[in-house]
Amino acid sequence: MAPVTTIHYLVLSAALLLIGTIGVLTRRNIVIILMSIELILNAVNINLIAFSQHLQNMGGQIFTIFVITDAVAEAAVGLGILIALFRNKETVQADEIDLLKW
Amino acid sequence: MDTAFFYFFALLVLGGAILTITRRSAIHSAICLIISLIGVAGLYLLQKAEFLFAVQIILYIGGIMVLFLFVIMLVNLDEQAKERQFNGQWWVALACVAVVGAQVFYFLRKGASAFQLAKPVEAVTGVVRGNTEMIADALFSEYLLPFEIASVLLLVAVVGSVVMAKKRI
Repeated sequence: MAPVTTIHYLVLSAALLLIGTIGVLTRRNIVIILMSIELILNAVNINLIAFSQHLQNMGGQIFTIFVITDAVAEAAVGLGILIALFRNKETVQADEIDLLKW
Repeated sequence: MDTAFFYFFALLVLGGAILTITRRSAIHSAICLIISLIGVAGLYLLQKAEFLFAVQIILYIGGIMVLFLFVIMLVNLDEQAKERQFNGQWWVALACVAVVGAQVFYFLRKGASAFQLAKPVEAVTGVVRGNTEMIADALFSEYLLPFEIASVLLLVAVVGSVVMAKKRI
């Protein structure tokens, strides 16, 4: 088999980003939308690690750590909002929360 | 051998991701997302990022996914699982797929010359330092200020999530 190059990782990362975007755009359940955001962040991480290895530069791995930190913060706050939302509106479907919609 | 492992982990990542966004039950989605994250961890290992492999397993799979499962159990999703799962925005998603698909098609037509990456740098031989050691060196010297800002961000996130989830402030 042909050796795996950085380009393989880039294509994989693009595919994962695409799947995550489709999940964010089409799903109604807010929990699954948050999971799709995790997928998108992981696609970014694969990209950063691939270039870190490609250029033998530690910056990519450091940035991956920061992205993971952001993912943790985002998940914690997002799920907190979700709990508050469920307590007030009894729903977790994104398109039923349309109070600000014209 | 590396090639076989790459395709195996890529299959885990993409298969898990596709199942995540198509399953009806949120629990099943979370389990499939865990499979996908394990695949990403394997890719980190293939790219010689051992520290991030451990971080991915401990923090993502052990931390974030448990938080997700916890919240899924906390809010009752049984009735939502019976409802329609997708909204009417499939055409936006289709546009995204078309744009990225056009790019991938273009690159496949042009071959490897379409990518103008910098020449790969050879790994340093001789004195081999551990991955964790190199990360610590970079994190606590060059990237010290972002590191401190990240800790403030985590503090804000902790306070924010408590305020959000609390009944009365």
